[in-house]
Amino acid sequence: MKTLVKWIADGTPWVWLNAAAVSASILLVVGLLLLIGVRGMAHFWPLAVQKIVYQQVDGSELILAGQIREKEKVTAKRLRESGLEVAQGSEFVTRYLLKTGNRDILGQDFRWILEPSIKSVNKPLSMVVFEREEWGVFIGMLIGVREAGELLDNRDTWGAFQQNLDHANRLRDEISDLEKNRIGSVNYRIERLRLKQRGLEIKGRDTAENLAKIESARVLLQEEYELLEQELGELYTRLRRDAVLVNTVDGQEIELPMSSIVYAYQPNQMHLGGKIGHFFHNVWRFVADDPREANTEGGIFPAIFGTVLMVLLMSVFVTPLGVVAAVYLKEYARQGLFTRFIRIAVNNLAGVPSIVYGVFGLGFFVYTLGGSLDRLFFQEALPAPTFGTGGLFWASLTLALLTLPVVIVSTEEGLSRIPRSIREGSLALGATKWETLWRTVLPMASPGIMTGLILAVARAAGEVAPLMLVGVVKLAPALPLDGNAPFLHLDRKFMHLGFHIYDVGFQSPNVEAARPLVYATALLLVVVIVLLNLVAIQVRNRLSERYRGLES
Amino acid sequence: MNSAPKTGPAKIAVRSDSFHRWRAHKDKIASRIIGLGGLVVIAAVLLILFYLLYVVTPLFLPAKTSQASLVGNKDWLKNETVFLSLEEQQQVAFRINRSGLAEFFNLDGLHLLESTQIGSDGQHVALAAGDQGESGLVAVAFEDGRVGLLQNHYSTDFSEGVELRRIVPKLDFPYGTDQRVLMPEGGITGLVLSDNESEMLLAAAGSGGRVRLERNLKQENFLSGEIELESSVKSLDVDFDIAAITISDDHRWLYLGDADGRVHFVNTNTLQVVQIVPVSDAGISSMSMLLGGISVLVGDTRGNITQLFPVRDVDNQYSLQVIRRFEGHQEAIARIIPEQRRKGFMTVDEGGKLSIYHSTAGRVVLQQQLASGAPSALALAPRASGLLMLYDDGHAEFMDIDNEHPEVSFASLWSKVWYENYFEPEYVWQSSASSNEFEPKFSLTPLAFGTLKAALYAMLFALPLALMGAAYTAYFMSPALRRMVKPTIEIMAALPTVILGFLAGLWFAPFLEENLAGVMSMMLVMPIGLLLFAWFWTRSSWRVKDLVKEGWEPVLLLPVLAVLAIVSIEFVGPLQDLFFEGDLRTWLSREAGISYDQRNALVVGCAMGFAVIPTIFSIAEDAIYGVPKSLSDGSLALGATPWQSLVRVILPTASPGMFSAVMIGLGRAVGETMIVLMATGNTPIMDWNLFEGMRTLAANIAVEMPESAMNSSHYRILFLAALVLFLFTFVVNTGAELIRQRLREKYSSL
Repeated sequence: MKTLVKWIADGTPWVWLNAAAVSASILLVVGLLLLIGVRGMAHFWPLAVQKIVYQQVDGSELILAGQIREKEKVTAKRLRESGLEVAQGSEFVTRYLLKTGNRDILGQDFRWILEPSIKSVNKPLSMVVFEREEWGVFIGMLIGVREAGELLDNRDTWGAFQQNLDHANRLRDEISDLEKNRIGSVNYRIERLRLKQRGLEIKGRDTAENLAKIESARVLLQEEYELLEQELGELYTRLRRDAVLVNTVDGQEIELPMSSIVYAYQPNQMHLGGKIGHFFHNVWRFVADDPREANTEGGIFPAIFGTVLMVLLMSVFVTPLGVVAAVYLKEYARQGLFTRFIRIAVNNLAGVPSIVYGVFGLGFFVYTLGGSLDRLFFQEALPAPTFGTGGLFWASLTLALLTLPVVIVSTEEGLSRIPRSIREGSLALGATKWETLWRTVLPMASPGIMTGLILAVARAAGEVAPLMLVGVVKLAPALPLDGNAPFLHLDRKFMHLGFHIYDVGFQSPNVEAARPLVYATALLLVVVIVLLNLVAIQVRNRLSERYRGLES
Repeated sequence: MNSAPKTGPAKIAVRSDSFHRWRAHKDKIASRIIGLGGLVVIAAVLLILFYLLYVVTPLFLPAKTSQASLVGNKDWLKNETVFLSLEEQQQVAFRINRSGLAEFFNLDGLHLLESTQIGSDGQHVALAAGDQGESGLVAVAFEDGRVGLLQNHYSTDFSEGVELRRIVPKLDFPYGTDQRVLMPEGGITGLVLSDNESEMLLAAAGSGGRVRLERNLKQENFLSGEIELESSVKSLDVDFDIAAITISDDHRWLYLGDADGRVHFVNTNTLQVVQIVPVSDAGISSMSMLLGGISVLVGDTRGNITQLFPVRDVDNQYSLQVIRRFEGHQEAIARIIPEQRRKGFMTVDEGGKLSIYHSTAGRVVLQQQLASGAPSALALAPRASGLLMLYDDGHAEFMDIDNEHPEVSFASLWSKVWYENYFEPEYVWQSSASSNEFEPKFSLTPLAFGTLKAALYAMLFALPLALMGAAYTAYFMSPALRRMVKPTIEIMAALPTVILGFLAGLWFAPFLEENLAGVMSMMLVMPIGLLLFAWFWTRSSWRVKDLVKEGWEPVLLLPVLAVLAIVSIEFVGPLQDLFFEGDLRTWLSREAGISYDQRNALVVGCAMGFAVIPTIFSIAEDAIYGVPKSLSDGSLALGATPWQSLVRVILPTASPGMFSAVMIGLGRAVGETMIVLMATGNTPIMDWNLFEGMRTLAANIAVEMPESAMNSSHYRILFLAALVLFLFTFVVNTGAELIRQRLREKYSSL
């Protein structure tokens, strides 16, 4: 007992509690990363399709097929309170969330089923999961392929189906290329003609001659469009030629047009190697495909593209500005109260809430500057705003302003690690201040600059609040970079990974379907940011090691 | 051996003088550009503050008027004006004079555009009343007690191009040109017209306390599409002289003002005086309804103005209550003119003093003495941007009014306001609704409260973990482990708050709801379990103990804490059956009256605490680590245990650094947007309840800013919220930075 009292009086329990605080923090971080990792990767893993014979409340039997997404234990009391009959004697009941798909037939694509009511479960090998353009996933069994109305008689229906699907996917790619690129280009040029005409009207130069020129150009474009439309029509006819005949698990025969099917697989037949291959294939599709079905299915390529483009543009703004400001503060400005005040201001700006930057970006950049730009240069398009609304340019500028303090502080830190002796030596040898800076100091400080840039990029990839106000959208019809002059459209709205997480998670029409996608996107974002930060930490560590010897 | 060079001395390239001049030139250019660039960047950084101030300042600027300028002097204006109105572009005005002429005239030059005789020869107009809204419907009461209805409206003619736009006035008789016999005996002293979708209502007050109410139910004829009226007239006789009469927009309540300063509240269905409210001890001289037809404004002969509206109590009974009073006039109120699109109003007294008020803000916006005295007729432009005044001697004056943000005052932003249709004064944030007649409720108090609540709960979660963790890492931890822990915490800091927010909203909130008892019990189970484990570990003699060197305890505790957490949720949680009748949540709401939302302050506290922990941790850890080792060594040499040294010597020395860490963490918590947006219900309620949501300033900006009209009051108030956040974090961070600088100086001297 005395030792217990001494143990407490020594203060050792408190030390243990403090150690526990560290462990708790570590556990939280690791737990969070694991949670995102597991749930995110689960999105790509092909789940087996179960065929379940289910006893309903009224005694009738229901045959269901689907993938089990979640499992939870609920109290029997709660189920009874909600009206379901539960056999007496059990405290807890397990229930499963089954993704049945087939929303167009069943009305809903998820349902909860209670374990006690399951009469039998098995995994038929022939179950197929079809991913579609609309209505979500279809789960059923393949009967055959219909080409132009004729059912193909084939021993290997699966092989024939896959061949046909490949053909359809190729057609779909061609159609997409035709619609987005070639017809899109024609539309874009027609719109430019309209703006040109309007511009002439405003300036009062809409003479008959000028108008005739525009009209003849328009006629040419219209002809081009009609040819393309014909080609498109042909492609669509070919695409719509085929259909696939499937059976739902309870025996309904449905015909699915081949044009609506994107991908199909038989999960119950896959062995481990096949599943791993499917996993990586899914990861690739996630990263490279466009979203479907109101962002609840498909890939996130536009979001990745938008984030990368915006971050690049932001770097182009922030690096020179940040480095120049840091160099000025450190090398050129007289060190006194003024620079001290500026440094404090810059440090503080790193702590200002990001939404304030968004508000400033919206009010000053978008409305004031953008409105003026519109009135000066884009009058033809008015009242539709070009730069007077959020877009890529303003978003990059706003984030550049947001991450400027990070770059300035990091560059200053890099500059301050370089011992004075190096600068003095260079000056003693006759170099001017600029030459010292450009040839000696800045190259030595470049790791510091790079650290700042990497940290800035990591922050920009994850900041969402300011972007919500200055130009990010849920679904952008076109990428900001495309084949139409001027190729980089700074006024277009774009998609962003962080905002995509918010949008898909909280503003989605189908929360259950969207949830795995949110975890997958979050996993991607976390991986990118963690990697960037680890690189920055390594660079910084190496930098501090390298110059430790130089300091006397 | 002999290392003499075989060739001659190396040729040194001699650069020309001009090259060296070019070098010097480059240097100068570079320093200019860098100087300029640096200043530009610094200016850009300060621009944020100035731009915010620039947008917010107009909210607090006073309203202005221009000088009333003489528009003209016309003889035909000498005939007394009974009704005057102005159209939207302030170019054409409409008046009805005593002889029954309805005239449209241009303001510019006072050109008469159209003149129509309403009523027959010799019929003189007693008074006219316009409909409350913008329909342009006017009821004209003649001296013989008949009433005619007409409608004035305007169309724009662009036939000659946009620049030469013309306003074309038109006079219509949508209810026919026949006059209604409203008061056969004549002697109409007060008239009210109210036209809504289902009914057109005329109410007239006559001398001797007579009131006539004509209700015309509108019925659309299915075949012809025309509107047919089903009329019914009711009478009410009161025993006082009616000084003023007005009616609510829903046609339920009739208000009668008498010469003793009392307002009679009459139910139009039963035509019973339900309540008599004494408003002042002087007689009532003017009454008007406010936009929306809910509040009634009463002006008396002493110059006081009172606002009343019916308040419902718990039994669904309405009673008319005095809400606010407005001062500023000393003479009898001649007219009260409500604004057509806002909850503001204008008053003119008999001495010619003009005041503009706003009802919700409860303040007087402008007061001015009209140079020419009280006009005989007044019309306020629909946008409340101009005032037309006609005088008896036939001259007309026009005054521009610049009154952009009357609804904002310190009281309306921060104190309790009694809004229309509310039981009592409350703090409400409700910035917009679907109709124009909505009373915008801009109280920042619920938002500021929400911000503080979120930040407080976050700090409550974060401070113990961060500060205790920092103390251990800086003082007790082995250097090797510290080199691994610090990057992990930096990674924690780098995690985007979007991810924390979505996990909080989509995973943690449902999890907490299901396992509330288990999670709450963690607060007890973990410390107690941990201490028990620590005691047994210290006392035991397991071989494993040798593997865990000093300073590596956190690694040992990782599995221990994980096990304790699982035990807490899986085993202790279900114990709630014993104590809380099966479900903690229902027990809380039933017994303790604490309601439970799925996304609540506890979820936000944990998520935001997670976001803030690394910030506080790194700064505090730096501060404690920076304390010179000599202090700690001295303390230990004198016999103190490590813990005693930490608490009595190290922490007090490092306390400024820890304090600044807490301040920076608080600043971060206050400004956090995404976590709050996703993990709370975003309801602007004021309640300290841990299990209910809130709305913070930052989340409010994110939600409402994209839909706010540029430069409107709402827009500027959102900027004000951003400015408040900016200043708060700026002040807090500067304070923390100054403290840290002082600390660094102190350490260097130790």
